[in-house]
Amino acid sequence: MEKLTLDAGGVYYRQLNERIREAVAGGHTDFELINVRGQRYIADALDGDLRFHIRGVPGQDLGAFMRGPKILVTGNAQDGVGNTMDDGEIVVDGLAGDVLGYAMRGGRIMVRGDVGYRVGIHMKAYKEKVPVVVIGGKAGDFLGEYMAGGAIVLLGMFSGNASAPIAGRSLGTGMHGGVIYVRGGVPAEQLGPHLKTEAAGDEDRALLSKHVTAFAEAFGLDAKAILDAPFVRVKPFSHRPYGNLYVAA
Amino acid sequence: MKAPLRYYDYEKDISGCGIFGVIDKKRGLIKGDMPIAAMTCMHDRGNGLGGGFAAYGIYPELADLYAFHVMSSSQSALDRAEEMIKAHFEVHESQPMPTRKTLAIKNPPLMWRYFLSVKETRPRWKSLGEEDYVVATLMDINKTSGGAYVFSSGKNMGAFKGVGFPEDIAEFFRLDEYCAYIWTGHNRFPTNTPGWWGGAHPFTLLNWSIVHNGEISSYGINRRYLCMHDYECTLMTDTEVVAYLLDLLIRKHGLSRRMASWVFAPPFWDEIERMSEEDKKTFTALRMVYGPAMLNGPFAILVGDGKSLMGLNDRIKLRPLLVAESGDRVFMSSEESAVRDVCPELDKVWMPKAGEPVIVELEA
Repeated sequence: MEKLTLDAGGVYYRQLNERIREAVAGGHTDFELINVRGQRYIADALDGDLRFHIRGVPGQDLGAFMRGPKILVTGNAQDGVGNTMDDGEIVVDGLAGDVLGYAMRGGRIMVRGDVGYRVGIHMKAYKEKVPVVVIGGKAGDFLGEYMAGGAIVLLGMFSGNASAPIAGRSLGTGMHGGVIYVRGGVPAEQLGPHLKTEAAGDEDRALLSKHVTAFAEAFGLDAKAILDAPFVRVKPFSHRPYGNLYVAA
Repeated sequence: MKAPLRYYDYEKDISGCGIFGVIDKKRGLIKGDMPIAAMTCMHDRGNGLGGGFAAYGIYPELADLYAFHVMSSSQSALDRAEEMIKAHFEVHESQPMPTRKTLAIKNPPLMWRYFLSVKETRPRWKSLGEEDYVVATLMDINKTSGGAYVFSSGKNMGAFKGVGFPEDIAEFFRLDEYCAYIWTGHNRFPTNTPGWWGGAHPFTLLNWSIVHNGEISSYGINRRYLCMHDYECTLMTDTEVVAYLLDLLIRKHGLSRRMASWVFAPPFWDEIERMSEEDKKTFTALRMVYGPAMLNGPFAILVGDGKSLMGLNDRIKLRPLLVAESGDRVFMSSEESAVRDVCPELDKVWMPKAGEPVIVELEA
């Protein structure tokens, strides 16, 4: 079926999402949404091989709980992108707000520019489900807080904020799984308590190469130039810290 | 009870307050339609229990007079308030607030506005400075009139607020007929305090106005601290303290806006530890002297004062705030969509750092 273009201008979020869901039920797989102005919950909990091109500024919880669809946003995104997302991909050609990738459990989110606070908090992984967030710009405080699995790649290259540190304070606070990669390095005082950084190894480099290449392709950039720099990894200081809380070791 | 199949398709309203502000640095006038449209775009951040706007530059013909906006639950309370106003001020003009009947706004209080100057021979508070006298009078009205509240008291500015969605409140107050060079708007989702007319945002005092998304957990200590400095809270909403703290810190104690922001959202102690010796002393002193004025809890606030618009987040940014520029106009908003809705092409968009104010001053 051909691509379906929906004009979201002046359309309330419920009506917009109803139209999308009806079209998906009717067999449509390709969507272009134009004049999007803060409509919430777009593509939430949709299953399967669907594609959305969003022009404008989508509202809160874009792609929350979704399992499979690919979303491209030409513009900036707001808060809660990919909340508890299960699979699929969200590409934001712009900035994104707070709590992106919250409790994400699979799929990939790539943002060309800066992201807000509490990005990737509570991310988790299980067997083949490994969520990945790639950030081209800089991140606010609490990046990867309480992270339990998956990977965050922070490049700090395409930022609108020259004076800000690459990551805000309390980076990775309380993380006990997963990994955060930072291009170049990160000032020690920005790290959460007891966290350390170390140089990325060969295995890390393979993962970085895979996702940075995808990032570069998505935004028409040179992957080599991005990868041609030292990367550090932030690793958790504990594994399952509460594993013995209720049962004897 | 078992969750229904595909339970996630069922409706659930999740909300927070919504704020929007715009300033034209060259004092170019902006029609009310613009902030109304922006607030309408963020309709779902509120739940209909509070909406309001502040506008600067709306009474140019009467710019030297204090414009009191008064709401009252009864005619008798309004009469008492008017008596107190007449005893303390020269009344140059007084009239019902221009409103229109609208289906969405039910049982509004009585609304009256007065344009005032201070009486040459004051009945009391003779030793106070003029602005302190105005503050003392309006606090007294709010406390003792038995149901009338002065909810706006600045010059060439006004607050308009009540129970309803912001777009309904705007229609009620005919805000599409006003033009201003600074506008702020608020969409309320009350959490801890009643959704009543006096509790809607903005909160104002003299030329200060504030709209707030969040929750001031330090309300108790802030309120007691203000009480010691003759500011009495009567509006039953946490945000009220911020309006009075701004007046105390900036107008009375002479702190800069930047300094006041450090009082509201101070750097963490570990950050102070890494500062130069001189800064360490300054910030330690600020925290010691103004500890009871610190705002705890999540907040994104917009502050107007007739000369500038300021946006500030709590120091760990528990509420969203976005700033955007287009020519001489600077926008501050909970959501970018609201800004794009009224100004699709923007020169610059960014999210300010937690605890760091964005202060935009008039250039003309």
